[in-house]
Parts: sequence; C-alpha cells; structure tokens
Amino acid sequence: MTIMSGHAEHSEHAQGRPAEDRQAADRQAEVWACLQGVTDPELDESVTELNFVSRVDVDPENRVHIEFRLPTYWCAANFSFLMADDMRRAVMALDWVEDITVVLGEHMYADRINAGLAKGLSFQETFGAEADGSLDELRRTFLVKAFQRRQAVLLNHLLGVGHLPATIVELTLAMLDDLPVDNEGGKLVRRYLERRAVVGSPRADALAFVNAEGARLQAADLLAYLSGLRRVGVNAEFNSALCRGLLSVRFDLETPFVPKSKASSKSPDTQHVP
Amino acid sequence: MYKTAKGQEIFVIDGHTHFWDGSPANQKNIHGKQFIECFYAYHSNLSPPAEKWELSKFEKYDAETMFDDLFVTGYDDMAILQPTYLTDFYKNGFNTTERNSAMKKNHPDRFILNGAFDPRDGEKGIEALHALSEKHKLKGVKLYTAEWRGESKGYKLTDKASYKYLEAAQKLGIRNIHVHKGPTIIPLNRDAFDVADIDDVATSFQDLNFIVEHCGLPRLDDFCWIATQETNVYAGLAVALPFIHSRPGYFAHVISELLFWVGPDKILYGSDYGIWTPKWLIDKFMAFEIPADITKETGSVLSLETKTKILGLNAARLYGIDVEAQKKKIRAGGGYAHLPEAVHAPR
Repeated sequence: MTIMSGHAEHSEHAQGRPAEDRQAADRQAEVWACLQGVTDPELDESVTELNFVSRVDVDPENRVHIEFRLPTYWCAANFSFLMADDMRRAVMALDWVEDITVVLGEHMYADRINAGLAKGLSFQETFGAEADGSLDELRRTFLVKAFQRRQAVLLNHLLGVGHLPATIVELTLAMLDDLPVDNEGGKLVRRYLERRAVVGSPRADALAFVNAEGARLQAADLLAYLSGLRRVGVNAEFNSALCRGLLSVRFDLETPFVPKSKASSKSPDTQHVP
Repeated sequence: MYKTAKGQEIFVIDGHTHFWDGSPANQKNIHGKQFIECFYAYHSNLSPPAEKWELSKFEKYDAETMFDDLFVTGYDDMAILQPTYLTDFYKNGFNTTERNSAMKKNHPDRFILNGAFDPRDGEKGIEALHALSEKHKLKGVKLYTAEWRGESKGYKLTDKASYKYLEAAQKLGIRNIHVHKGPTIIPLNRDAFDVADIDDVATSFQDLNFIVEHCGLPRLDDFCWIATQETNVYAGLAVALPFIHSRPGYFAHVISELLFWVGPDKILYGSDYGIWTPKWLIDKFMAFEIPADITKETGSVLSLETKTKILGLNAARLYGIDVEAQKKKIRAGGGYAHLPEAVHAPR
C-alpha cells in the first residue's frame, strides 16, 4: 500500500488499481477540493490557485498531511499562521479525517509556526509574549476587504449588463439569488454571497447590497461609492501579481502567472490584466 | 538627465537608492542570506530579461558600477541614498549611512545622503541622531517601523518615543521623513503594513514631509485614503514602478489611483537601485500612457508635465534643490559629457 501524494490532477482514478488506492486518491482529491476554499486573506484568492500548497498526502489511517510554502521567507507570520489554521479547520470538517498535520516550509518562523500548529496552539500561544493578540481582528479586516472587492466586481457586472442603480439597491438577498444571470454573473453572485454575511444580516429579505458598515447603498451615490471601492481591488490585484511573481522566482515554477478566469473580465479591476 | 524627442531636458532625482553589501562574507546568519535573496527575487521577477544581473553582482556591486548605472547609463541627475542598517543580519550592516557616505563624498553634487533613526534607541539614539545630522548635514531620514529589535516587534510613529525623535529631527532641520511602508523585513502580528500612524503624525508635524515609500504596498488602498487628507504626505514609487514592464496594466491602475487620490505634486520616482536600474525604468515611464478606459474612469492622465514632476521636480522641492543651479554644477563637473548632442527618444 503506497501513500498517495502529489497534486490532485495526478490522482485520477486509474483503472485496475486496488480499491484502497482508489479510495486514497479520492480522499486526496477531496482534500485538494477542500483547500480550494481556503483563501490568502490579503489576496482573497485560493491557496491552491496561488500555488502555495505543495503537497497533500493521505495515509491508510486517514491521516492528512499538507505542506505549503509562501512567496518569501519573510511573509508575515500572522498571515502564515492564519492560512495554516484555516486549512486545518477546513480539512478537519471532512468526516473521514482522523488527523491532520499542516507544515509550513522555508519560512523565517517555520519551526515555531509548525510546532504551534502541531500542538494545536493558537497564534497567541505559539508566539507567547511576542504576539499582540488574537488573529480575529485581522481576519475580520480582510474579510471586509474581500467583501468589498467581490461586491465591486459584482456591481460593475450588474451595471454592465444593464441593471439600473435604482433597481440594484433595492434587491434583497433572495432576489439577488434568483436574478437571471449568465455563467459569469452566477459565479460573481456566488462569490459575493459567500462574504455577504461578514457585514450584516444574511436573511433572505435583507438588502443584498450594503456597505462595510451594513448600511444600505444609495442609487444616486452608487458610482461614487464604486470608485471608492476601486482602490481595494487595484491593491489586491497588485499584491497578487507581486506574490505570484515572487513565488515563481523563488521556487522556479514554470507558470508564473495564472490568468484570471474571464468571469471577471468586465470589471474595471481586472480589465487590464495582461 | 533625460531629453525628450523635442529636446526638453528633464531633471531626474532618484528618490530611493542603496549602496549595499549583501555578500556572503558580510552575512551574519541565514537571515542575511534570505534577505538578499528576497531582494534578488524582486529583481529577477520584475526586471526585463536583458536587465537581470548575476546573483554575485547583485549581492555586492562597486561604487563605479553604481555611479555608471545611475548617472551615465541611467538618466538620474541626482540620487537619494536611503540607509537600511540590518545589523542583526549583516556583520557591517547592510546599507548604512556610513557606507553610503563614501558615495556622497566622491560625488557631492550627485547624491543626497539620508540618515536613519529608531525611536527604541532612547536618549542615546537621539544623541546619535544629533551626531549623524551634524556630520552629514542631513535633510532626510529613512525609517523602518516594522523592524524587529529584541523583544519589540516594531513601533508606530504615534508612539511617545517616535514623537520625541520627530521633534528632534525637526529641530535639526531634517524635514523629510521617508517611511518604509511596503513589503517588509520581519513582520509578526503587529500589522507591520498598517499606514494609519502616518495620518496622525502628518497632522501633528505640519512642517515635516512624510514620504511613504512603496506607496503603502501592500496597503495601497489605505494609503491613498490617508494621503488624500494630508497635505504633507507623499508617495514613493519604488517597487510599484517596475511593474511598468511586466504588468503594465497593473501599473496603469496603480499610477492612476495615485494621481487621483494623492495628486501629481506628491509622487516621487525611485528606482530602488540596485534592485532595479534607472535606464529601463525611465525609458518605459517616459513612453507610458494611461490607457483611455482607465483615464475615463479615474480622470488621471500621465502628461509630460506630470512626468517631469514625478521624476524630479517634486523631490527637488522637498530637498531644496535649485534645478537650474544644480544642472550648471553637474555640467561644470563634466557630468553631462557623456550625453550625445542628438536627443534620445523614448523607446
């Protein structure tokens, strides 16, 4: 019995393999799929799409082993810890997982972070007196930014396909969910809804579009509001390009840049991605 | 000196240069090795292939190479030397004021020598700042708020100790406070990238100029918001500018946001030498135009006048450089002897 390892695309269901191998491959693919939902909080992009995750193993006892690395040796320890913790939580939610280890490689604080993760300690406990507090506030700050960015992309899309500001601001969450949209729009709606609860009630009859404080948007100010959000998107895009580039140089990856899907190509944020 | 196709002379002050020693011989530990390698990754990732250096050259270049890259091959007329001490990583420090002062001494008309301080050094540090300022007639300092030191995970400009140092700097005639708010050295959980402290001190110290190096990246969004509300907050373009080659679309967005929020009079060119070199950066910058659809969205235009401000006039104002007088000095010293009479057009 071999331990399955490597990327999800390598673990296709090979015909004629023993059943346990197939199961291990399936489980490994499940872990990869699960990790796809974990984002770098700063970039609001999946840790797998960013190429941060370098290895996933599932052994016969259903113990999961994940390795990841970051664009620089100096990437902030709190963000590094946060991502590792999010990966651990996400994968633990799979009902068959017996145990999980997440290991950060080639980082200034790799040893300390890995030791902390192995013992199930919090960031605060891991760094003791050196840490200023929990990561909750930081997590929230970046969830709000992710919300804003996703909202800006969606609003631009809706305006672009002809919805009027006056109609948009009156949409409830239920109405947004039912809005007839194309594939592109559907994806943007789903991404937006994933973060909508960060800022206010996600009840079906609540307004779909509110600002970071949870207040309703005004039709007359919608364009000005959007230009205010624009810099959040520009910032994230820029950081993403930098992080991907640095990672590709550091680990000599063949594909330095994964173009964004055409899903958001109509938004001003991503229009000029080369 | 950059000359346009029509023969207009553009005076260039490079707001961000280093004369470092990151060589293995000077590395104290693994961090020293990783630090220069991280810089090298920035260099490799964002430079055009023809402009890439070997790692050994990158680790330690000599004074002649630097002079040549900035002022002969490159278009810089003057350059500001910004120190980075990193004495925990490098035996003799990485890029100290002392090391930089050798460049200034040999080419006094070409360089502006900046110092540094760290508010955590207490009274002793204030005395050291006095001595440094007296010795080098400092007009500016470079600060690293995210730098770890012993138990400390960095400091904020709003700390009491920082105020004391800023007051001391003001008394010493140091008017330009360059603050590294960009990809950082040793960040832990204190949000090393936070730019909020700039807001506070810029209001409290109206006579000082705060140049936010790397324009707050990775927090450009927060920085733009602060800079728009403070008259004495400036954006240093180092790190953002080289994207003009590899990701011109992103650069267009970033520069148009900066022009929209910060304005053309408060953006400073910087090559971040030796991470990048002025020649290609300025060739690309002079040839660059913000695409029409982004201009439509932000109203930002990168006109020749704006480019002239960003490349030199804004820094000249901050550092009290009389451009015409300085040109005469440089010309008298043979500094423009290499320039062909024929003008060079942007590529």
